[in-house]
Amino acid sequence: MTSPSNTPAAETNVIPIKVIPPTPPAPPASPAGAMIRTLGLVSAICGLIIVGAYQGTYDAVAANKRIATERAVFKVIPAAKSIAEYVAQPGGGIETRVGAGETAMVPGAVKFFAAYDAAGKLAGIAAEGGAKGYADTVRIMFGYSPDCQCVVGIGVVAMRETPGIGDKILTDKEFLANFTALDVKLKGDLAALANEVKAVKHGAKTNPWQIDAIAGATITSRAVGKAINDSAQALLPRLVPNLDQLAGKS
Amino acid sequence: MNPNAARTWDEFMEGIWHQNPVFVMVLGMCPTLAVTVSVVNALSMGLATLFVLVCSCGLVSLMRNITPKEVRIAVYIVIIATFVTVVDYAIQAISLKLYDALGAFIQLIVVNCIILGRAEAHAAKNPPLPAMINAAGMGIGFTIGLLALGVVREVLGAGTLLGVPLFGASFQPWVIMVLPPGGFFVLGAWLLFFSWLARRKLRKQQAKLVEATQNA
Amino acid sequence: MTTPLIEIRSAPHVQGPKSVETIMRHVVYSLLPICAFYVFQYGISALASIAVVTAACLLAERFFVGTGTQAGRLSDYSAVITGLLLALTLPPGFPLWMGAVAGLVAIALGKALFGGIGFNVFNPALVGRAFVQAAFPTAIATYTPSFLAGRFTEFIPSSLAWPLMVPADAAAWLKAKNLDALAGATPLAKWKFDGVVANAIDLLTSISGNMAVGPAPVLILLCGAYLALRRFMDWRIPLAIIGSAALTAWLLYAFDALRYPNPFFMLFSGGLILGAVYMATDMATSPVTPKGMWVYGALIGLLTVVIRYYSGLPEGVMYAILIANAASPLIEKVTQPVPFGRGVLDRARKRATYPLNPGYISREEASAVTPKKRFLPNKPKK
Repeated sequence: MTSPSNTPAAETNVIPIKVIPPTPPAPPASPAGAMIRTLGLVSAICGLIIVGAYQGTYDAVAANKRIATERAVFKVIPAAKSIAEYVAQPGGGIETRVGAGETAMVPGAVKFFAAYDAAGKLAGIAAEGGAKGYADTVRIMFGYSPDCQCVVGIGVVAMRETPGIGDKILTDKEFLANFTALDVKLKGDLAALANEVKAVKHGAKTNPWQIDAIAGATITSRAVGKAINDSAQALLPRLVPNLDQLAGKS
Repeated sequence: MNPNAARTWDEFMEGIWHQNPVFVMVLGMCPTLAVTVSVVNALSMGLATLFVLVCSCGLVSLMRNITPKEVRIAVYIVIIATFVTVVDYAIQAISLKLYDALGAFIQLIVVNCIILGRAEAHAAKNPPLPAMINAAGMGIGFTIGLLALGVVREVLGAGTLLGVPLFGASFQPWVIMVLPPGGFFVLGAWLLFFSWLARRKLRKQQAKLVEATQNA
Repeated sequence: MTTPLIEIRSAPHVQGPKSVETIMRHVVYSLLPICAFYVFQYGISALASIAVVTAACLLAERFFVGTGTQAGRLSDYSAVITGLLLALTLPPGFPLWMGAVAGLVAIALGKALFGGIGFNVFNPALVGRAFVQAAFPTAIATYTPSFLAGRFTEFIPSSLAWPLMVPADAAAWLKAKNLDALAGATPLAKWKFDGVVANAIDLLTSISGNMAVGPAPVLILLCGAYLALRRFMDWRIPLAIIGSAALTAWLLYAFDALRYPNPFFMLFSGGLILGAVYMATDMATSPVTPKGMWVYGALIGLLTVVIRYYSGLPEGVMYAILIANAASPLIEKVTQPVPFGRGVLDRARKRATYPLNPGYISREEASAVTPKKRFLPNKPKK
């Protein structure tokens, strides 16, 4: 802004010093060609590396994902030996789902797994459900047995409940005993559940469709109940009329 | 030891001790606080960062002479992102459980300032081998930092070390240690410890200096 | 040496007899009846809990004072207050080792970290309690009924847990003594999870019905009245807290009497009275301006009721006070009193600060105006 020439030289014996602002040596501008060349080179190298890594790990990743799903399903349906993935369409009816994860689903469609025992007979259905717990959504997977029309096991897919309190839903034996035969019968017209699945206060369970909550973890227990109820309400009315489709393994 | 090797050794040790990214520079706090709930998570995060650090510094250093400075950040980020993607696939292939535990923090290695800082400050000015050695030192220092937090948090928060119970079945876990505040408390305690060490060393040096002047 | 005839000193020449130590000592005196009642309610477990927690606080204070980084001394009773208050907010059967952890954390993180007495931002006792609330959520929610028959001869089993180990199950102990009809949940937890509202008069005296509550609110109010009358505590803060909590609870009760309990239940349950009288009035962490005290108290009362109604926790006093502690410098800043002689109209000078007790304001200070950012009058041209 200011330069020495503006300051009045009042005293003649002062030797005016001309301050030259230090100009940085102008950097040699890189030619556009060099930039494009370098960026192109980097992109090519990086592209090769990424594609190589993807190809190299593809089989292992796919196998891992399949094992993880199978393990989750086998946990809730102990008799299961193999699984197949299906989608219950919003308008009713079920379809086989191919290419897990990649194909977009119709809004309102519910994904579920049919599990088969060693003989290839339908052992049960596994589906996911979620509801708001104490800290975040509790996502669970439950196993449904068409024979007794009841839930026969649950497993937690994801949750962030308080360790030591909310996560008792994984370990509490009394609580897990609720899910050996939790009644989810449909009404006569197969449009909805006959009784709403609901968690009740610890020690107050009287009906087979109620869940005896964990004392001190009522909110998480309620979330489990709501997750099962919501998912079952959406899935079972579409599933039960079409059970024949699943009966034998194609 | 010849002077060249000594300098290389110094550069390697720089990241582990004098310029430790966690305890001295306090960089990369996001993964440090978020994934150190257990030793396994801390170790895998540290090793993943180490791998990305060494590989990207090597590649940046290789390309340092043909990288125009106008586009250098873009080049670094592309290179770093590439190796992060590789690590991402590798961890998915090794264990999905680990992948879920580390969550988004694997992808977030891209914006870890330790790596970009090394690329800009060191790798862009040095030949590949010294750059990789320096990066390895930094990565090991980061891993040590994460492990220091992970050990304390796992021992107090779960009563286990690498999943092996230390105190028997009736241990009372300190829930706070596996929650976010526990990360802050443990990090604060370690920072306090290291600043106490540094101050003690300084005081000793001063005492020695005073003694020397008095003797003279 | 002869004593000088004239002693020359600078002002102040007359000193009040009230030192920090005196105030703290009287607060401890006033806490003793409350502690005695607590021991009467819960027996030797409560006694052991009070002793261990206070000892842990004193031990931590002793260590940090020894490092030479602290304001205050071990003998100023502040650590004793922290210990007693912390013990009163913990359940009587709280494992003693966890109590010791709470005491150490209260002094170390709540006080020593900031530089000792007078420098702490948050109430140390509540910092300790918040830590153990997060670390041991199960143990801190486990209450046992008061006035049990064998309370002076037998410990509550969970008290005597080994360090780092899970405490014994209090519910099983009660069942074994055939006492499980007297549920161990606090009145607030019963209301929150089961919808049972306890009688306000019972809560006020906390003598009848073996309720799992702390010391009687009426006793705490009496002890607080003593402190306020002796001017060891400002009466505005407790009054503001109780008033604002009552008002908030009453408005909600009037809005929907079925969903919300009556305001008396809100006031006398949980730790509201103890928090209002003893925790929120901590001098270092509350505002010093009279107007600020009202704002601060109103904030605590409102937050307490809001947390109790709308969060997953049954009790909200602790977090309400901690939040208000954090807000108290801001409250102090916006409620600065107007210096004497200065009209209300021309006070709105931005960023001009006045001393809190303007005994004398120098001319420079009185006409202090923060220089405005201005452009240079003569912009030098090139």
